[in-house]
Amino acid sequence: MSPFFESILSQLTQTLLVVVLAPAFLGWLNQCRAWLQNRSGAGVLQPYRVMRKLFHKDAVLAKNASPVFRAAPYVQFSCMVLAASIVPVIETDLAFSPAADVIALVGIFALARVFAALAAMDIGTAFGTMGARREMLVASLSEPALLMVFFTPLLIAQSTSLNAIADALAHRQFAIYPSLAFAAVAFVMVLLAENARIPIDNPSTHLELTMIHEALILEYSARHLALIEWATAIKLTTYCALGIALFVPWGLAQTGEWQMLPVSVLAFAGKLALAGAALAVLETVSAKMRIFRAPEFLGMAFLLAVLGMLTFLLLGA
Amino acid sequence: MSLSAQLINLMAALLLLIAFAMLSQRRILSLIHLYAWQGVVLATNNIVIGYSTGQTHLYYSALLTFALKAILLPWILHRLIVRLNIRWDVETLINIPATMLVGIALVVFAFNLALPISQLAGTITRSTLGIAIAIVLLSFLMMITRRKAVPQVIGFLALENGLFFAATSATYGMPLAVELGIALDVLVGVLILGIFFFQVREAFDSLDLRHMEKLKETDQ
Amino acid sequence: MTLPAVLPLDIVVGVVLYWLVLGVAGLVRPQHLVFVSRVLFPLSVAGALALTVAAAVSVTQPPAAAVLPLGLPDLPFHLRLDALSAFFIALLGFAVTGISLFSSGYFRHGQGTAPGLLCLQYHVFLSAMVLVLLADDAYLFMVAWETMAVSSYFLVIASHRIPEIRSAGFLYLLLAHLGAIGILLAFGVTHGAGGDYTFDGMRQSQLSNFWASTAFLLALFGFGAKAGLLPLHAWLPEAHPAAPSPVSALMSGVMLKTAIYGMLRVTFDLLPFQLWWWGVVALVLGLLTALFGVMFAAVQTEMKRLLAYSSIEHIGIVVAGFGLTIIFHAYDNPQLAALALVATLYHCLNHACFKSLLFLATGSVLHATRERRLGKLGGLIQSMPWVGALALVGTLAIAGLPPLNGFVSEWLLLQAFLFSPGLPNPYLNMLVPLGSAALVLASALAAYVMVKFYGVIFLGQPRDPGLAKAHDAGGWERAGLAWLAAACVLLGVFPFGVIALLDHVTLPLVRYAVGANAGEHGWLLLAPVSAARASYAPLLFLLGIAGGVGVTFLAVRKFYHGRVRRDLPWDCGYLALTPRMQDTAEGFGQPIKQIFEPFFRIKRHMPGPFDAQPYYSATTEDRFWHWLYVPVVKFNHRVSEWVSVLQHGRIYLYLLYSFVTLIALLLLAR
Repeated sequence: MSPFFESILSQLTQTLLVVVLAPAFLGWLNQCRAWLQNRSGAGVLQPYRVMRKLFHKDAVLAKNASPVFRAAPYVQFSCMVLAASIVPVIETDLAFSPAADVIALVGIFALARVFAALAAMDIGTAFGTMGARREMLVASLSEPALLMVFFTPLLIAQSTSLNAIADALAHRQFAIYPSLAFAAVAFVMVLLAENARIPIDNPSTHLELTMIHEALILEYSARHLALIEWATAIKLTTYCALGIALFVPWGLAQTGEWQMLPVSVLAFAGKLALAGAALAVLETVSAKMRIFRAPEFLGMAFLLAVLGMLTFLLLGA
Repeated sequence: MSLSAQLINLMAALLLLIAFAMLSQRRILSLIHLYAWQGVVLATNNIVIGYSTGQTHLYYSALLTFALKAILLPWILHRLIVRLNIRWDVETLINIPATMLVGIALVVFAFNLALPISQLAGTITRSTLGIAIAIVLLSFLMMITRRKAVPQVIGFLALENGLFFAATSATYGMPLAVELGIALDVLVGVLILGIFFFQVREAFDSLDLRHMEKLKETDQ
Repeated sequence: MTLPAVLPLDIVVGVVLYWLVLGVAGLVRPQHLVFVSRVLFPLSVAGALALTVAAAVSVTQPPAAAVLPLGLPDLPFHLRLDALSAFFIALLGFAVTGISLFSSGYFRHGQGTAPGLLCLQYHVFLSAMVLVLLADDAYLFMVAWETMAVSSYFLVIASHRIPEIRSAGFLYLLLAHLGAIGILLAFGVTHGAGGDYTFDGMRQSQLSNFWASTAFLLALFGFGAKAGLLPLHAWLPEAHPAAPSPVSALMSGVMLKTAIYGMLRVTFDLLPFQLWWWGVVALVLGLLTALFGVMFAAVQTEMKRLLAYSSIEHIGIVVAGFGLTIIFHAYDNPQLAALALVATLYHCLNHACFKSLLFLATGSVLHATRERRLGKLGGLIQSMPWVGALALVGTLAIAGLPPLNGFVSEWLLLQAFLFSPGLPNPYLNMLVPLGSAALVLASALAAYVMVKFYGVIFLGQPRDPGLAKAHDAGGWERAGLAWLAAACVLLGVFPFGVIALLDHVTLPLVRYAVGANAGEHGWLLLAPVSAARASYAPLLFLLGIAGGVGVTFLAVRKFYHGRVRRDLPWDCGYLALTPRMQDTAEGFGQPIKQIFEPFFRIKRHMPGPFDAQPYYSATTEDRFWHWLYVPVVKFNHRVSEWVSVLQHGRIYLYLLYSFVTLIALLLLAR
């Protein structure tokens, strides 16, 4: 096989893997939460069932819905698929990776978010506009923190390409990097904020005072809603995969190492399962914050990321 | 980089993190806990340095640090706040993000200050000197931004920790006799301050230091 | 290319003359609207197109110079068209093409300046801007600069019956002249041997560190006043809303760039060397301006003011890039200096496109609804689908979203920032990365602002019943908007051509070109340093998203169905939904107001529980106004009161003053 064809193949495999497994990851996360809260839970496959049901229903649109409203779910979904195809999951040889680096990845997320916010404002309900402004607020505060989180791995790998970073981090000699530890903690905080998880937002509530993400999608139904839910699941999974690629990349296969693939798939699945369980624990032990505490929370994330960068510059580790 | 050097760097980073956590902490009880953790990390650091350089006096120093800064002083402070009934006191801080930004600027300043010194020094701990200076400055900042008495004392103690860490990273610590003397000083200092707190509260009904502003010679 | 080297310069000068003739032609029948707008403005478009092509061609050619037999005796006008001025002229021509197209359908009969006179002012303004960019001596530069300021002042006060507009114009004129003094002094410091004020003479002059720094700071002040750099930004949010929309687009999209051109020209061309701390000053000022601009944009309640503050933000980003260029250049790192400079110039071009587009779109909205307050608009995408769609492109571009053009320049600038830890100065090593965080914060908040802008104007339900009858823009207006929107897309998807052109600009200024690297990986992949370091393929990106949307759409239809039912909005089952329940502009900006409260000067009136007629009001003001401008005005008043002691209105006293002065001068000159 030619190397180009190989990388296309590995690209398709990885993207499909993430896109198909994303609802299962969300299901697993919800299952863990249910266990921790002494409930029996709906099972790992529940998100698939919900999506199937939604896809079969007739869509109801508000009378004044504009094309922006109808296009937004598709844009969000394809943005997330694109994002999922940039992050190296099982192998660092991706055909699509030169097309976008970490900054472009942040750009993709921003594009999806802006469409979500515009669509929420389209119907002109009080909830929609409120959700839109909260979502944009949280995002605009978390993006600087996210950039600072990327800084330390960038300095280590001397590249902004995710493939190169993951490659450099996965195949280096083991060393304790306190800077990476700081960046990792900051990254988890940003992950919680960007994916609308506790303590910034509560994904399982429709209480007006607490919701951000749910307020954005109140007017959606049927296939549109299904696509958005799917996109949300892909986003969460991609974020977790990104964290894994940056901070615990061991087990990632190198270019052309086909015999390593089963190992790396298993390693990824295991790490993802652990990440889901850890997220469930985090969400169970912490409480939702008031929205105006969010700047402080994200400020802490920013501070940690900056400390990480500074310690790297000073200690070289 | 050898494993012990990596561990020392890790300890230094942790100390910096604790210093920032103290700067942003609102609750007095959590401040005391953070102070205790600082002591634990300092002691561990001394053990690692002692092991890697073969200087046995650092083990004693670690033991002393642990006993005094991780157990005895936090215990005294804890007793103090229980007796003063300010365990759950929450202090309103002036603009945490702004303080943090000042803190970051101080860290950058400290790092650059230490750069020429650490390039000259030959110890394996030399790169941590910048962090030690940063901790001193951050503790100073913490003392400046606090209004209540107990957090100020904790800031003072953290400052002493920073100096201690600076000494270990620059020259593998002070002679044991000096260290013992300082430890005694700190202990006595805390005890005297503890007595002062009771007196201050008798006089003003509060430990808020703004009340001290009344103690001027001239009336306005 | 076998064209002789002087040809582009001839065309550029020709277009300037052509525009002046068009302007004068407007005076032939000043009140005849159809003649002016349907004949003269379309003719002006042809000139702008010719200008764009000629300038774009001459970017790649060696500098061409000419001496005009105009001006004072012994002080002829020197012209020079080098790569830097050619790039900015191309930018001007390109943006003006769209703006003039739009203007052909825009101007109406009103109670302001007559259309023919407006046409003259408009074209004098355009010609003056071109001459500023062409000037090769301080004399012509200042003449053109002042002409530009005065003609734009008349354009700003086109509706001069309204007192607010007159005072906005006055503020603009005042700050423009303060800036001009700074520029004049900067040229004075830099002048060549024997009072040589040609730029060639200045390039030869030997300056000490002190005088070079003085010249730089004076130039930064002077051009900063024109660009809207903190704290000299006060005129922007007043003048832009006051001017007719095409003029706002010209001023924001093009005129601000002449100030950037001036900064680049003085710093990298006229001054013999650059010191690193100049870069720090510019970087810090730029980032502060960007953050300030975007925060104030977030709390605005009027659409053109919002865009004006957003212009301040973008100028801040450009100046930050300029500062970064100086830093890298002073530390002798030509590769990164070139990268930062390319990002700066590219952002200038991008801003010219999307900001003009949005200002023009607000013009269409203003015509259709006669309303500029955001709180009275809403739902216009239903009644104005063309303007809505084209403005959406501008909104996404200005928010810095891939794959449009705003993202490309921000990506390039961030790449330059991310390299900064290699600098030999440890302080900068650690602090410049924090600058990148400030940049990202500004651009993320810009997304917030643009969601507010677009969402409140075009989406939602009409906040006023009359809005449903708003008419869409006419053909000329649509053509102008479409021209600029297409530029936003093309500059985003195919940045390679422009970056290759920019090589010719960066090479003489910082002695390096990144385009060679960028082109090495084909036209698909943008990799300014090396592909291993960073790369971005905007076309693949666009195809990925478009393909994703298409495939998903078809797949969902194929496997499931495309059935849709229209009904009332659900709104959690609440049936009495009214347009008043949507967020107002104030409401949308409220979180920003709360989080960044120390930066604003907020006056609130809260209704009390026993008020007979409770009302709530909040105004947000600029702190600089009270910190800086009001004290200066007060000081000025005091000085003039003091001076007015001399004024008595008696003739013999004035004669006495002249007499005393004469005697004193004679004594001194003895």
